[in-house]
Amino acid sequence: MEHYNMNLTLKVWRQKNNKAKGGFETYKLSDISSEMSFLEMVDVLNEQLIREGQDPIAFDHDCREGICGTCSMYIDGKPHGPWHANTTCQLHMRAYKDGDTITIEPWRANAFPVIKDLMVDRTAFDRIIQAGGFISVNTGNAVDANAIPINKDDADASFAAAACIGCGACVAACKNSSAMLFVSAKVSHLALLPQGQPEHKGRALNMIAQMDKEGFGSCTNTGACEAVCPKEISLTNIGRLNNEFLVAGLTVDN
Amino acid sequence: MLNSKIPAGQLDQKWNDYKGHVKLVNPANKRKIEVIIVGTGLAGASAAAALGELGYKVKTFCFQDSPRRAHSIAAQGGINAAKNYQNDGDSVFRLFYDTIKGGDYRAREANVHRLAEVSVNIIDQCVAQGVPFAREYGGLLSNRSFGGTQVQRTFYAAGQTGQQLLIGAYQSLERQISLGNVRQYSRHEMLEVVMVDGKARGIIARDLVTGKLERHFGHAVLLCTGGYGNVFYLSTNAMGCNVTAAWKAHKKGAYFGNPCFTQIHPTCIPVSGDYQSKLTLMSESLRNDGRIWVPKKKDDNRKATDIPEEERDYYLERRYPAFGNLVPRDVASRAAKERCDAGYGVGTSKQAVYLDYADAIDRYGKIECLKHGIENPSAEVVREHGVAVVKEKYGNLFDMYDKITGENPYEVPMRIYPAVHYTMGGLWVDYELMTSIPGLYCLGEANFSDHGANRLGASALMQGLADGYFVIPYTVGNYLADEIATKAIALDHPAFVAAEKEVSDRINTLMGIKGKQTVESFHKRLGKIMWDKCGMARNAQGLQEAITEIQQLKKEFWSDLKIPGEIGEMNPELDKANRVADFIELGELMCIDALNRNESCGGHFREESQTEEGEAKRDDANFSYVSAWEYKGEHSWELHKEELTFDVAKPTQRSYK
Repeated sequence: MEHYNMNLTLKVWRQKNNKAKGGFETYKLSDISSEMSFLEMVDVLNEQLIREGQDPIAFDHDCREGICGTCSMYIDGKPHGPWHANTTCQLHMRAYKDGDTITIEPWRANAFPVIKDLMVDRTAFDRIIQAGGFISVNTGNAVDANAIPINKDDADASFAAAACIGCGACVAACKNSSAMLFVSAKVSHLALLPQGQPEHKGRALNMIAQMDKEGFGSCTNTGACEAVCPKEISLTNIGRLNNEFLVAGLTVDN
Repeated sequence: MLNSKIPAGQLDQKWNDYKGHVKLVNPANKRKIEVIIVGTGLAGASAAAALGELGYKVKTFCFQDSPRRAHSIAAQGGINAAKNYQNDGDSVFRLFYDTIKGGDYRAREANVHRLAEVSVNIIDQCVAQGVPFAREYGGLLSNRSFGGTQVQRTFYAAGQTGQQLLIGAYQSLERQISLGNVRQYSRHEMLEVVMVDGKARGIIARDLVTGKLERHFGHAVLLCTGGYGNVFYLSTNAMGCNVTAAWKAHKKGAYFGNPCFTQIHPTCIPVSGDYQSKLTLMSESLRNDGRIWVPKKKDDNRKATDIPEEERDYYLERRYPAFGNLVPRDVASRAAKERCDAGYGVGTSKQAVYLDYADAIDRYGKIECLKHGIENPSAEVVREHGVAVVKEKYGNLFDMYDKITGENPYEVPMRIYPAVHYTMGGLWVDYELMTSIPGLYCLGEANFSDHGANRLGASALMQGLADGYFVIPYTVGNYLADEIATKAIALDHPAFVAAEKEVSDRINTLMGIKGKQTVESFHKRLGKIMWDKCGMARNAQGLQEAITEIQQLKKEFWSDLKIPGEIGEMNPELDKANRVADFIELGELMCIDALNRNESCGGHFREESQTEEGEAKRDDANFSYVSAWEYKGEHSWELHKEELTFDVAKPTQRSYK
């Protein structure tokens, strides 16, 4: 891969805390290597800011290998930036060229209040899981792992839904800030397995109710969520969730 | 004196006997007993779920924004269990034996046997929770091979096994939260242990959003805070992984066990430049099908694909014919370093070797063509079918490599080099996972106990979940049964006040330095000292130099550190400063431990102690012990030795030839 250096202009959303009013600040960066990751580029900027006596940009990040779901930048109008099926931490600077201007914002959704700069509060996702995103089995109760064979296609489909990293890009991309792709991924992961069957009705109803309570918007099937999902969680999961929800609504015992 | 509290009796009966006689806490009393769990990775989340289910009042803390983000999530390859579903000769005994041998006879037999016993329950539990492990067409679970073993006992979920297991544990934890048994504190960092009358009775935690210090009481405190690989700055750990919680406990009296035992993983993406912030692992599972090689000619600058077969040195297959590319991690890493140091490295930095899939693509392609009845397939058709198989098995790993390097690993061999990955050392614990502080427990990677001097692949997930789901629910009860009369200690107790003051004084001191150098720059310098002198190869002179350099670095850190911002706000630089301050002290202890252990074992390679062929040479006569270091004050530690006895797995020179 050809290596090159570039000069960049960054427009970054700065907001001191949840109560403060935010705004864009512009920064110039020079000699950024095409082999850097996007977050390493931000690291370079932050070191520069600290040395100049300014406050570095606060952003969420942890594993930097695309799996923990912590990083959450809205880059040039797209969650996680320009690459398909990718997280911000795995975006590399060879996606850019000399002279580019890059705009970075936090996830924007009422249910994800800004903590500082590019950091947002996504604990609403935890509370949605608490509403039913689990199988009620206590430790020590399990039967032998091979006692219940599971059709490979179902197991694979369940895994594909379970690959969701809970980053919130789906919410950030949605014009209604809906969390349907996130919720449907969890409902599908569990509903596709025999172990998840006993609780499947209540799970769909309760998780949807919590999603509404947290202030996420409604789904209008635009598909923006699927287009930006770093783990390519499929829209068919939303179809499955709608089905689960409908059946549960009609048949659940109150 | 160190008392490891290993139960008497035959090795394979110890755990059963222990469980049969351990003290119990009745349900009415459990409701009154509070347990603090720091860290929500596999060990912490599973312990929180299991203890919540039992009815204890649990509080969990993590520095991440959600428990689901703990770094267990990044484990790729799999989890071992002695299920013997493949009928290939596996058993609890074999898993025990492989782990002891893989650890180069520096782990406790009783702990490891217990680990092997409960491994089978872990898989059952995870499947019941809905962990979508890989399956065969018949609907049953699939297995694969990992390094250091000759059976297929590794369960996996594509290259995301850690993620799926952690989500399983996280969901169980969230369920307990919804039932009111557990309270979760995210974006909180533990900065002190609170001791009352010689027992751990709580913690001081900092709310990272507001910067406020909080006091939390617990009848017992469990540290499940992971490893300390980030002492090397560059490692495969997440950016936030740190030693702080364990280090605070150490300074309050918990012994640190085998701090120098570090695992350097052989298959990571090489460093590309000075800006590098972390390293990325390519799963060990890739060594199942990939072949590792370097050119036979020194400084060969040809492209990999231009180097003919007969001019390639498949050095692992050459040196270790029995295990080939599947030798344990320490052996594979040293062999890569040996080739690169000798001038056979590849890539621009020459600090890399090839991991090649061309053979595997060809082999799988031919099998697929046979299956599909394609007669005399062309090379392209074979390749097309082979790539499809490799994509299904390892697709996400290949994609990750492509994203990071911009090279397509289906076309050209991957370049890999060893990187710091895991730390076998950690807080010393007894058989019950209690540290040398009563009431303070340590689980998972954060403790020292099960992997000796080298961990086998797919055993970290196994240990984290074993400790959390199946060990601590029994052992913590043995302590808490005597605590049922202890009332919750008021948060204005002098011990809480003093501990909080210690933390706030320390933070004020850090913020007050107002020097010129950034936290990051200190961390990088520490990492370089550690990697150069306490990394893959160590010698007495280098270690002595490192100790002096680290002491000097510490002085500089505390006199010239620059932290921007305020205490009372979200301030990631301050969080990092707190952690790096502890890494510096830990680095010194690691070098002291490495200097003391004048033998080579597992991942610890002392250049003074090697065979003529350059293999690690153990010295059982003098070093068959666990080093447990007691903190005595600035730059001062006292060594306690826990002698290791091997009644069943008799130590032999480890051979994978």
